[in-house]
Amino acid sequence: MASPNEYTPSTATGRIANFVDSRVGASGMVKEFGRKIFPDHWSFMFGEVALYTFVLLLLSGTFLTFFFDPSMTHVTYNGSYVPLKGIGMSTAMASTLDISFDVRGGLFMRQVHHWSALLFVASLSVHMLRVFFTGAFRRPRELNWVVGGVLLIMGLAAGFTGYSLPDDLLSGNGLRIIDGVMKALPIVGTYLSMFFFGGEFPGLHVIPRLYSLHIMIVPAVIILLLVIHLFMVVTHKHTQYPGPGRTNDNVVGFPVGPVYAAKAGGFFFIVFGIVAFISALFQINPVWNYGPYDPSPVSAGTQPDWYIGFVDGALRLMPGYLGNFSLEWVIPFPWGDNTLILSVLLPALVPAGALFAVMFAWPWIERWITKDNREHHLLDRPRNAPFRTAVGAAGVVFYCVMWAAASSDLIATHFHISLNDVTYWLRTLFFLGPIFAFWLTRRICLSLQRKDREIVLHGREAGIIQMSPEGGFSEKHEEVDVYKRYLLTNFNDNKYIPAQPDAAGHVSGSEKRRAAISKFFFEDRVAPVTPAELEAAHAAHGHHEVEGEKQDSIEK
Amino acid sequence: MKALSKKRRHPLAAVALLLFGLLVTGSLYTAAGSVSEAKAAETTSASAADVEEGQKLFVANCATCHGMNAEGSEEGPSLIGVGAAAVDFQVGTGRMPMQMQGPQAQVKPVQFDEDQISQMSAYVASLGAGPAIPDEEYLDTTKGDAAHGGTVFRVNCAMCHNAAAAGGALTRGKFAPTLAGVSEKHIYEAMATGPQNMPVFNDSNITPDEKRDVVTFLKTIEANGSAGGAALGSLGPVAEGLFVWTAGLGIIIAFTIWLTSRPS
Repeated sequence: MASPNEYTPSTATGRIANFVDSRVGASGMVKEFGRKIFPDHWSFMFGEVALYTFVLLLLSGTFLTFFFDPSMTHVTYNGSYVPLKGIGMSTAMASTLDISFDVRGGLFMRQVHHWSALLFVASLSVHMLRVFFTGAFRRPRELNWVVGGVLLIMGLAAGFTGYSLPDDLLSGNGLRIIDGVMKALPIVGTYLSMFFFGGEFPGLHVIPRLYSLHIMIVPAVIILLLVIHLFMVVTHKHTQYPGPGRTNDNVVGFPVGPVYAAKAGGFFFIVFGIVAFISALFQINPVWNYGPYDPSPVSAGTQPDWYIGFVDGALRLMPGYLGNFSLEWVIPFPWGDNTLILSVLLPALVPAGALFAVMFAWPWIERWITKDNREHHLLDRPRNAPFRTAVGAAGVVFYCVMWAAASSDLIATHFHISLNDVTYWLRTLFFLGPIFAFWLTRRICLSLQRKDREIVLHGREAGIIQMSPEGGFSEKHEEVDVYKRYLLTNFNDNKYIPAQPDAAGHVSGSEKRRAAISKFFFEDRVAPVTPAELEAAHAAHGHHEVEGEKQDSIEK
Repeated sequence: MKALSKKRRHPLAAVALLLFGLLVTGSLYTAAGSVSEAKAAETTSASAADVEEGQKLFVANCATCHGMNAEGSEEGPSLIGVGAAAVDFQVGTGRMPMQMQGPQAQVKPVQFDEDQISQMSAYVASLGAGPAIPDEEYLDTTKGDAAHGGTVFRVNCAMCHNAAAAGGALTRGKFAPTLAGVSEKHIYEAMATGPQNMPVFNDSNITPDEKRDVVTFLKTIEANGSAGGAALGSLGPVAEGLFVWTAGLGIIIAFTIWLTSRPS
């Protein structure tokens, strides 16, 4: 390694640095990491927001563990909050109230923890939407997409286990729903519920168990996945939006050191500041309003935190009966009757399961349909992948309809409409919304692509109206510059690929299905402008252009 | 006593005894069964003139729907036996006279002054016994127990009015309103009379003392304000989620755009 004749630092700092470097080889890492290029675009920063809010969660959560006692032992509250004085509750609830009212800075830390949890899952979701709509999940990043999906699920798990900890009325109602879903499972349901709650609901065990999950396993898994995720981000290098000089083989942007490191470091404190600002000014989860958990009361406006809302919404939309058809089935088994409660199981498991299944499988679904197995480091503009954007929009609408259903009561009271009508409309939208969104988004994407074509071929409208000697009016068109034209003409163009025979000359059934889907997705397509088309358009009306000569000189 | 014992073999003695027994049982039963009605009688201090004025106001403003003698019609229910408290609540909060038929009467500016309201209350109370306007004693929040009131509230009221009394939705356009800013008297009367779609919580269900506790609880949380910052309507996680997706992410996005912008 470092032999004396290689390098002798002259300053104190240099000596310390050299001492460390010669023992841990840090310069190699700095060289590798510090030269990593990050393209600059605001939409690339949501992953960072998620990372920073997670750090905030660890810090504020550690503070909360100093004072929180997850026990479900019954105590009489005797703290400073008068409207609950003398009321019996669990130790968990009492210590949450103590954190809120009797621990210095405790309420602020609780609010920091909860607001950053909401922001954590929100930024994770927006990050995944960005990755989806720009096609950043394509080869070689499919596995990282899956890791990201698991991270999202772990985020939901962390959120739900944390939400339940204060043992207040609101979170207890949430646990009761989980209990109901478990018990709706045939045969194993009651056993599962008994195992989970350590006896009959609510029992004395569930809060300590959730606490162990919340502060140990779930964050540990998140950290592990985070490391894998970031490792893969470094290995794959960052994607970039298309543009002049940006190819599949390079990354245009700033190196980590020093510019990006400074920006990212600063951004951590910005996120910290935003969360602190919100936590200082806006109340979140006022458990003292809800009171201690008691299985009998259910407050109006009981909802889960936003990220579980879509499951709650699906439950709210599900009817118990369809006409005279009951969704509760009794299955006769040799040992007796077991019930299969589809009105609970279907909405609780199927929509969420379908969403996550399609989400995880999408990179492979898309590869199968397009037969595109190339590496992609250049992102798609969403309009240039109408099929994917439309599928994504359908998924978003599907999710949002369920999400909206979780606030159906608030929609009804705030817009002065009937709760029943809100439910009927949302049920209709549950089925028709995604279809409509798919159709509309695809039309919008295709129209935008046509507009791009139009701009490339005929230039943009200059706003200068000319009157011809004959008295006719026409508008001048301004040709786009070459940089813009590059952006508008160079994109990944997917075509309909008819069913291909395999080596033996046989067209398999699955290949036929693939071709059918491919036809459905790519039949309507706007092709990028070819040089020949551009030439023809120029020849036809080059003389109209305002700055035609200047543009030509750039081209030459 | 001797005269009485002499007549004990009288042929009508058994009948008289039976009647006496029935009378005692009946009075005891009535006394036990209608604590609130007994209270109504003791607090009625309205003069005949008030009742008469009240009747005039009633005929002019209420009879279209409730009938000339408050017997009710297809448009509105009978008011016989609803008590003074019901009138005081409905008219005193502006719900009556109703602006239009709908899922339930909405709050609007109060149409009558205190005297007129008490005259109408007196008139309706004179039609049949019902819950009276509560005594000051039961509205005094210094005597109530906020913590116990909170428990009563969560068990009986929160499922419609929300745990923080922010209100909630009911079926088909009906709703439980927010209780912020509602006077002690009106909260009490609402519990006693069950206006619109609200159930009646009579005095054997929630005792007057417990009603006072509920009022105390509501007034306490109202006076406490919201610890920890703006309450976002006390609507729970939906409001919080909406806030984080709009304001929270909005601020974040503004900063990301600023960070990645280049001087041009």
